[in-house]
Amino acid sequence: MKHTVVAWMEDRPGVLTRVTSLFRRRGFNIESLAVGHSETEGISRMTFVVSGDERMVDQAVKQLEKQVDVTRVEDVTNQPAVVRELALVKVRTDAQTRAEVMQIVDIYRAQIVDVALDSLVIQAIGTEDRVDSLVELLSAFGVVEMVRTGRVAMTRGRAQRGLNGQPTSAAVKANGRKMGI
Amino acid sequence: MERTGAQIVWETIVREGIDTVFGYPGGAILPTYDAMPAYPVRHILVRHEQAAAHMAEGWARVTGKVGVCIATSGPGATNLVTGLANAMMDSIPIVAITGQVATNLLGNDAFQETDVTGVTLPITKYNYLVTDIKDLPEAMAEAFYIARTGRPGPVLVDICKDVQNASIDWVYPETLHRPGLHKAPRPEPNAVVAAADLINAARRPVIIAGHGVSMGHAESELLELVERANIPVVSTLLGLGSMPETHPLAMGMGGMHGEAATNHAIQECDVLIAIGMRFDDRVTGRLDQFAPNAKVIHYEMDPSEVGKNVKPTVAVLGDCRVTLAATLQHIQPNNHAEWLATIQNWQSTTREVDIANAEVDELIPPFVMRQLWHSTKGNVTVVTDVGQHQMWEAQYFTHTKPGQLITSGGLGTMGFGVPAAMGAALGNPGHVVWAIVGDGGFQQTLQELATIVQDKIPVKIGIINNGFLGMVRQWQQFFYEKRYAGTPMLSPDYMKLADAYGIPSLRVTTNDQVADAFRQANEHDGPFLVEFRVKEEVNVYPMVAPGAAIGQMIRRPGPAVVQGPSGVQPSW
Repeated sequence: MKHTVVAWMEDRPGVLTRVTSLFRRRGFNIESLAVGHSETEGISRMTFVVSGDERMVDQAVKQLEKQVDVTRVEDVTNQPAVVRELALVKVRTDAQTRAEVMQIVDIYRAQIVDVALDSLVIQAIGTEDRVDSLVELLSAFGVVEMVRTGRVAMTRGRAQRGLNGQPTSAAVKANGRKMGI
Repeated sequence: MERTGAQIVWETIVREGIDTVFGYPGGAILPTYDAMPAYPVRHILVRHEQAAAHMAEGWARVTGKVGVCIATSGPGATNLVTGLANAMMDSIPIVAITGQVATNLLGNDAFQETDVTGVTLPITKYNYLVTDIKDLPEAMAEAFYIARTGRPGPVLVDICKDVQNASIDWVYPETLHRPGLHKAPRPEPNAVVAAADLINAARRPVIIAGHGVSMGHAESELLELVERANIPVVSTLLGLGSMPETHPLAMGMGGMHGEAATNHAIQECDVLIAIGMRFDDRVTGRLDQFAPNAKVIHYEMDPSEVGKNVKPTVAVLGDCRVTLAATLQHIQPNNHAEWLATIQNWQSTTREVDIANAEVDELIPPFVMRQLWHSTKGNVTVVTDVGQHQMWEAQYFTHTKPGQLITSGGLGTMGFGVPAAMGAALGNPGHVVWAIVGDGGFQQTLQELATIVQDKIPVKIGIINNGFLGMVRQWQQFFYEKRYAGTPMLSPDYMKLADAYGIPSLRVTTNDQVADAFRQANEHDGPFLVEFRVKEEVNVYPMVAPGAAIGQMIRRPGPAVVQGPSGVQPSW
C-alpha cells in the first residue's frame, strides 16, 4: 500500500543526501519525493510516497525520525489531507488538434501556460490519479516532454498544527503518529 | 576568549573530561596537532588509523566517556571507516576528528582529499564538514552530545585546515539549538502495566538481556525482576555480564552459538522479555520460526528497533533502567519450578562436554578460556577479536559483571581485539586486560605492538593459534564439504615477533602449561604475549546453521568423557 509521509527537517548541507541515502540502504521503495521550504525559516518540508507493507512504512518513518536533522515526521495517509501534484506536459499540436486539446485541458481545469505553432505546454495540478488520466488523454496527441513534481500533502483544518520544527514528542503524539507498536 | 579552530577542538575535548586520545597526524590535521601540547591530553600515536578508532572504542567502553580518535584527511580518514562502522553497530560513543583540505581546495580533488562526510554518512550517527570557524564551537559540542546521548554512537567532525587555523571569540555553547536532537522516549504508562501483566501471567517466561542493560546501568533492576518473577535469563553476546552467570537463573549466551538449553528455552517460551537488544539475526536465527509461541515484550531505547525484526506484543520505550524500575512496581513474586526443571533437563549436555571430551595431552581453546577465568578469578577485562575464540570466550569464561568482556558484536570486526584492549588498558590503569585473539585477527592489527611498547601499555595478548581462519574453516567443514579454500594461514614465529618489539612472551602447546603461562603473564608488570598452539580443527558447538531456526542445532559430537584416556583427571 502507498503511504504519504511528511517530514520536517533542518535545512542544512547534506540533509537531502542523508535522507535519500537512508531510503536506499534500508531498501525503502520511494515512489516520489518533493522537498522545499516550510513556513518556518531554516526548516524544509519533504513529502514522500513510500510503498510497502506496514513494517516497511513504520521503519521508514522511525528511521527518518531518528535522524538528527529531522525534526518531525507524520504519516498523513489515513488523515484528511489535501494531496496534490503538479505536472507540466508539452503536447504536440497543430491547427487541427489544438482545439481538441484545449477542450480536454478545460474539462480537467488545467491551464495552458505556453503556446507554440507545433505544441502547447499544459500545467495540471491535482491528485495523482487526475494528472494520470489527463496525461493518458493527452498522450493520444503526442507528449513531447513531461515533468511531474511528485506528491505534496497538507492535512486539513486543525490550526494548532503550526508546530513545524518543534520536535517534542508531545507534538508528534498530538499529530497522531503511532509510536511504538 | 580568542581561540583558533585547533584550540577549540582541544578545549572541547578537555571539557568532556577526556585525557587520552588516539591518532595519527598528517598534513590536513597539523594545526590541531600543533595546538595539542598546551592541553592536558595524552596522545597515543597508533600505527594505523583503524587501530585509533578501535582504541577509542575500547577506552570508551571502560571509562563510560566518549572516546576520541584523530586522523588526517584522505587515507587517514578512510582508515577510520572500519572502526566507525563497528562503533555504529555496537552503539559505542566515539568522536572522530579528521582534518580536511582547505576550503579553497574542497571539491578540486586536491592532494589527500576525500569526501569523508560522504563516505561515513551511513556509518556514523551524525557527521559534520566544518568549512567556517563560526560553525566549529557548536559542531564540536554537539558531536560529543550526540555521541553519548540516547543510543550512543560514532560522530565524525571533518574540519578544513584553514578552519583549524582561523580564530574566533570562543564561548562554549552550553545550550544546543538543534530542534532534532531527540531525547530518550518516555515510557508509556499503559505499556509498562501491559508488560507487567504479561510477565505476571507467564508460565514459561524467558528474558533476553542485551547490551542495553549494561549501557543503561540496569543490572540491579534486571536482577530484581529475575529473582522476584523467577525468570531464566539468556544473554546476547554484548549482554554477557549484565547478569552474573554464577546465578542459578543465568543461562549464558543464546543464538547461533548459544548453549542448546538457551535456544530451546527461547523456542518454547510463552512470554519473551527482550531487554536492550535488537533481535540480530545471530540471536534469532530464522526469523519466521523464532520463538513461535511467545508473546514478546520489547524494552528498547531506540524506537526504530521496535518492530524492525520482531513485532512485539508490547513495546516499552525508553531507558531500560527507568522502564524496568517502573515495571517492577507491578511485578508479583512468582515461581516457575516446572519450567525451570524443563530447562535444567535441556542443560544436561553443556559446554563441559567439550573439555571433558578432549584428550588430556591436546591443547583445546575451551580449556584455555576456562583457565583464563580461573587464573584471574574473573577480575580481568577480556577483549576478544572475532571468530571461534570469541565464541569460546563467550561460552567458557564465567561472566559475572558488565565490562568483563569487550568484543565486536554487530560488525564482527577482525583486528578489533588488540587495539581495543589497548584502549581498555589505558582507560582503566592498574586493571588486568587480556586481548584474546586468533592468529587471523591478530595479524590484521599486529602493527600496534610498537604502540604498546612506545606508550608502555600493559596489555596481555593471548593468541589462539590454530593455523586457520577457524570460524570460516568451520563453515567450510559443515557447509562446503571441508573444501578449505583460503583458510589455512601461516603465522610468523610469535615469540620472535614479540622479541623484536621487546615484549616478553611464552608459547604454550599442552594443557598443563596453560595455568602457569597465565600466572606468569598476569604477574609481569607490563605487556606480555602468549601464543597458544591449539589443536587445529576444533569446532564451536552448538551451532545453528545460517538460515535455520535456533532450535535446530548442530550439537556436540560424541558422549561426554569424564576422564582422559591416560586416566589423568583434567586439572581444571
